[in-house]
Amino acid sequence: MRHAFLDHHSTIESPIHHLDARAKIIVFFTFILLGVSSRPNAFLFFGILVSSLIGITLFAHLPLGHLVRKVLVIVPFLFFVALSIPFLKKDTVGGYNLGLGGLSLSKSGLWILWNVIIKSTLGVFAIILLYSTTPFPKLIKGMERLRFPRIFTMIFSFMYRYSFILIDEMQRMKRARDARCFGGRWLWQSKTIGHLVGTLFLRSFYRGERVYSAMLSRGYHGIMPETMAGRWGWREGLFLSFAPILLILRIYLE
Amino acid sequence: MKSRKVIEINRLSYHYPDGTSALRDIQLEVYEKESVAILGPNGAGKSTLLYHLNGTLIGQGEVIVLDLPVRKENLKEIRRRVGLVFQNPDDQLFCPTVFDDVAFGPRNMGLKEDQVRERVERALELMGLNGFEGRSAHHLSEGEKKRVALATVLSMDSEILALDEPSDNLDPIGSLALTERIRSIPQTKVIITHHLTVASDLCKRVLLLQGGRKVEDLPMEEFLQNRDLLKRFGFDPEFAGWLYQRRKG
Repeated sequence: MRHAFLDHHSTIESPIHHLDARAKIIVFFTFILLGVSSRPNAFLFFGILVSSLIGITLFAHLPLGHLVRKVLVIVPFLFFVALSIPFLKKDTVGGYNLGLGGLSLSKSGLWILWNVIIKSTLGVFAIILLYSTTPFPKLIKGMERLRFPRIFTMIFSFMYRYSFILIDEMQRMKRARDARCFGGRWLWQSKTIGHLVGTLFLRSFYRGERVYSAMLSRGYHGIMPETMAGRWGWREGLFLSFAPILLILRIYLE
Repeated sequence: MKSRKVIEINRLSYHYPDGTSALRDIQLEVYEKESVAILGPNGAGKSTLLYHLNGTLIGQGEVIVLDLPVRKENLKEIRRRVGLVFQNPDDQLFCPTVFDDVAFGPRNMGLKEDQVRERVERALELMGLNGFEGRSAHHLSEGEKKRVALATVLSMDSEILALDEPSDNLDPIGSLALTERIRSIPQTKVIITHHLTVASDLCKRVLLLQGGRKVEDLPMEEFLQNRDLLKRFGFDPEFAGWLYQRRKG
């Protein structure tokens, strides 16, 4: 089975895609950090951040509509959490009475709502851009070269490799289940699903053992070997200049 | 004159942790550049025996590989010199890209990056996989995965190759192509298979296992003509006869 999973725009040919992963990791994380640490009323700065991200999207030949839809998928989760705040938080001054059984909107609550929405959207947009412009293996390598803790990059790398196999196994088991007239009451279904999850766990566990044997067979001795060095040219430098420029803008606009 | 003895197994027995006996009193000698097929039904102990060759499993008895007893202190050296390819390539290939997987062994050996690169290129070339370096294993076909799995040990320049069902799960064309590739590798080979064609195409000697015991250890050509033995192991004597003629011809 084949999957276009997570990073299926990451193999497009574009100047952004060709950049070293390290430059992209640093720049996109700068976007997130500066966005999150800004005041909620820094509209101009948010405007600059969003338009820069849109600019990068277009420059990377990525379909903007598709990316926006991806962002929208995640926003509702945050939205529902944030939605209750304007009703629950009491203002000392101001606020809007809705006249519905004493329900009122608070001004500071609305600010918090806006704050959550803009920052989460920005963050998610930056992360989506990062993985849409960088194939996962390169992303992991970039993280390694930026001295991310080895244990994390190792876990990410195994997760990436084996998520596909797990999905395959799950699909095969589901198919086998459905082929035997799966259906009926919910309680009965939950038992079957429980078995399915249990089986998947056991299979993964034994696979883990086999993979470890395969690693030992090729000389693994507890330390993942270093991978090759990257390439760092003027393009990376140019892209990286986003970080200081945004930082200066942020300080200037405050 | 017989060449150098590279594998020597004396009275090897192995019990799984739950007490099941998997191997009993196995005796085996393999000489340099030989290729030996291990045949036998499921559960005969074929894989268990293979896993002893690089110390993945260590049982009771004596296993000497390339003059080194398979013991904890020798494992690093033995694993460098014995390339074990597992049956399922999804267990063998655990890195994000083909390059990293093939480079895993050489990098663990502490080679410099340009030497690693050279080894990877050579191994991929041998398996006909040039240009696959940046691909991810999950985007490969089963046949390609099998070839990458082989490349992961070829890059280590192992002196002995231990292959667990290399043609398993492959279509006839894929199986044939892989057999050709394996045949072109000059190293000593120990190959588990269920396919008589693969065994006959690759090996001069057959080790027959059943219920954890060695049943017979004989030259391929004798086996292909031994109707009783063939029948006992579920092979078609007519087909074996045809394979025999093909070997002769």
